[in-house]
Amino acid sequence: MSTSETEYLKGKANEDYEHGFYTDIEAETAPEGLTEDVVRYISHRKDEPQWLLDWRLKAFRHVRERIDGGETIDWAHLDYEAPKFDEISYFSAPKDKAQYESLDEVPDEILETFERLGIPLEEQKALTGVAVDAVMDSVSVATTFKEKLKEKGVIFKSFGEAARDHPEIVREYMGTVVPYTDNLYAALNSAVFSDGSFVYVPEGVTCPMELSTYFRINEAGTGQFERTLIVAEPGSYVSYLEGCTAPMRKENQLHAAVVELIAHEDAEIKYSTIQNWYPGDPDTGEGGVYNLVTKRGICKGDNSKISWTQLETGSAVTQKYPSVILAGDNSVGEFYSVAFTKGHQQADTGTKMQHIGKNTKSTIISKGISADVADNSYRGQVKVSKNADNARNFSQCDSMLLGPDCGAHTYPYIESNNPSAQIEHEATTSKVGEDQMFYCHQRGLGEEEALKLIVNGFCQEVLQELPMEFAVEAKELLDIELEGSVG
Amino acid sequence: MPLLEVKNLHVGVEDEDIRILNGVDLTLDTGQLHALMGPNGSGKSTLASVLAGREEYEVLDGEILYDGEDLLELEPEERAEEGIFLAFQYPVELPGVSMTNFLKESVNSVREARGQEELSSAEFLKMMRERADMMGLDADLTKRSVNEGFSGGEKKRNEIFQLAMLEPRLAILDETDSGLDIDALKNVADGVNKLRDDDRGFLVITHYERILRYIEPERVHVMLDGKIAQSGDMELADKLEDEGYEWVREEAAAAAAA
Ligand SMILES: Nc1ncnc2c1ncn2[C@@H]1O[C@H](COP(=O)(O)OP(=O)(O)OP(=O)(O)O)[C@@H](O)[C@H]1O
Ligand SMILES: [Mg+2]
Repeated sequence: MSTSETEYLKGKANEDYEHGFYTDIEAETAPEGLTEDVVRYISHRKDEPQWLLDWRLKAFRHVRERIDGGETIDWAHLDYEAPKFDEISYFSAPKDKAQYESLDEVPDEILETFERLGIPLEEQKALTGVAVDAVMDSVSVATTFKEKLKEKGVIFKSFGEAARDHPEIVREYMGTVVPYTDNLYAALNSAVFSDGSFVYVPEGVTCPMELSTYFRINEAGTGQFERTLIVAEPGSYVSYLEGCTAPMRKENQLHAAVVELIAHEDAEIKYSTIQNWYPGDPDTGEGGVYNLVTKRGICKGDNSKISWTQLETGSAVTQKYPSVILAGDNSVGEFYSVAFTKGHQQADTGTKMQHIGKNTKSTIISKGISADVADNSYRGQVKVSKNADNARNFSQCDSMLLGPDCGAHTYPYIESNNPSAQIEHEATTSKVGEDQMFYCHQRGLGEEEALKLIVNGFCQEVLQELPMEFAVEAKELLDIELEGSVG
Repeated sequence: MPLLEVKNLHVGVEDEDIRILNGVDLTLDTGQLHALMGPNGSGKSTLASVLAGREEYEVLDGEILYDGEDLLELEPEERAEEGIFLAFQYPVELPGVSMTNFLKESVNSVREARGQEELSSAEFLKMMRERADMMGLDADLTKRSVNEGFSGGEKKRNEIFQLAMLEPRLAILDETDSGLDIDALKNVADGVNKLRDDDRGFLVITHYERILRYIEPERVHVMLDGKIAQSGDMELADKLEDEGYEWVREEAAAAAAA
């Protein structure tokens, strides 16, 4: 790599965090610390039914025990100071927490926030046909397109609302894919989750639009603990988009979300994420978001399908393994991921495909890119149960290094208990070649243009899995020219 | 008017004690097409790379003037913008980078440098179709990633297609004819002939006389051990075809001894 390339990359790493500003909306914040009182306070503030409070308290006692027992997660290839659970405030809400009927009622500050994030709600409404359930801090402040969804019987609400309005569905599914005992952060989330989204698609319904939620972490020192639950009834289809940015903050911000997906017979759920939270100071790594997320889906019925696509460019520390339990026969699980780390960012991400039903199939495509002194690990597990006849998996994990001081690691775990399983794993690590750069230069492309093209090309297989609107944003996020702007 | 003047060019490999070019002298006037021949490893591709600005080579002595200006001052992409094009002996694959995207950026960056307007998408696509047709490139290839999984011959055709898209002033073809089937060879030669005009120059590196018969070079040079050992007209190429390089070596040795 030539000096100018190294310099270019340094420049990239030093670019000010564009979305680093702080919205000035008065917030009510829970006192710091993880106590039973705090859990009750959250539940009370959110007007929750008793059963939900009970559920939280069960999870609270569990997580309190684990924290007091000194549990940490130290098996990942990550190096960071564990969050101080008793110094975190677990709830904050925008002061004006009413639900708005129309965008006109939403405070200007909030609208401005979205504008500055490049997400003009108005435009989205008018142009893209995307319903936006905007989560500002922990409480939903704007929900659109409700009518159209209502017609089809699709429920798309904040988790809190859903718990009040549809307790029977929420109770039936919540915690069934990610139990509160699953891992430390999932347990924490179960006790103190703030809000999130709930989606229910009735039998045979194809959701008429992409469902989109923009999350935003907003208050100093408050963790954000979304909880998302998506249930797709037999023969239904839904595509859900999750996009994130966060303002620049000094202290580390803990983000421990839980996402549960349930796909019944012949149903399909497509879940796409762009994660662009504050990565911390590029020189010291200080102040970035800890993104410790548990995402899991179950293909419950036969012929069901769950597909995760993610573009992870932000956060100081990312640890997430969107997974699929392939329980139904002929079910399909997919994981497409691009993780880009620079500066002092660390990512340990991957997936887990658990083959249980017969003739199940999973595909894993992971692209890791690191620059500067960043570290990027792929960790994936493919597990085939005894009765999972004819399970098939294809995994491809490619890493690209954009400098001499960054790291890429691949940890594939394969556990097959059925001899009929076919499991294929490919892994490559490459540096952006001098040859490729020179070829581009010879065609008139400068350092930055050439690198963008090559990196974009490297990620293409994954980016093309994103829904159109999102793919555009994704490429912008990777600072890359748009594929297909021609023709 | 000389388009390219290479004077006493000595080139080594950066950070290593390797010398490849040992005093190359070569002048190419506008409107001319010169052939560069010579045995394997004699330094032809190295010269082409140095002209295009590859960083791994270090110029130890001598100079290169392009249009009377010092070429060595320019970065590789600036040279491309100034109209220098190299058809690579070994074209590089760019996985996932679409041909359309790549060429659009490339064409527009070169056009911008020439003070021309950016092409609209429709104009660009039309140009792609025309030039692919002109160079006998299968239109399906323009829908794929740059050179990814292309056959050897397809890669060569793709180079010549890009040449046609970029309309350079100085085109260097490094063994573009090797690996081409007979029809493709004719296509390439026709393409080159179509592009020839008073303002452009071509340096065609080849091992075979066949392509030269189609494109009729004004001059033929032979490189040996990093130097131009012989220069002449088509007769020289014919002689090489018949007799090989041994006599060139002998004459060079005799000249060195004298
Ligand atoms: N980067 C390099 N490092 C070391 N040696 C090199 C390098 N580049 C070229 N060489 C050597 O320089 C000599 C000239 O190579 P070059 O590729 O220019 O030959 P050529 O005339 O194009 O040969 P061919 O007809 O086989 O293409 C060869 O001996 C080659 O091994
Ligand atoms: Mg060569």
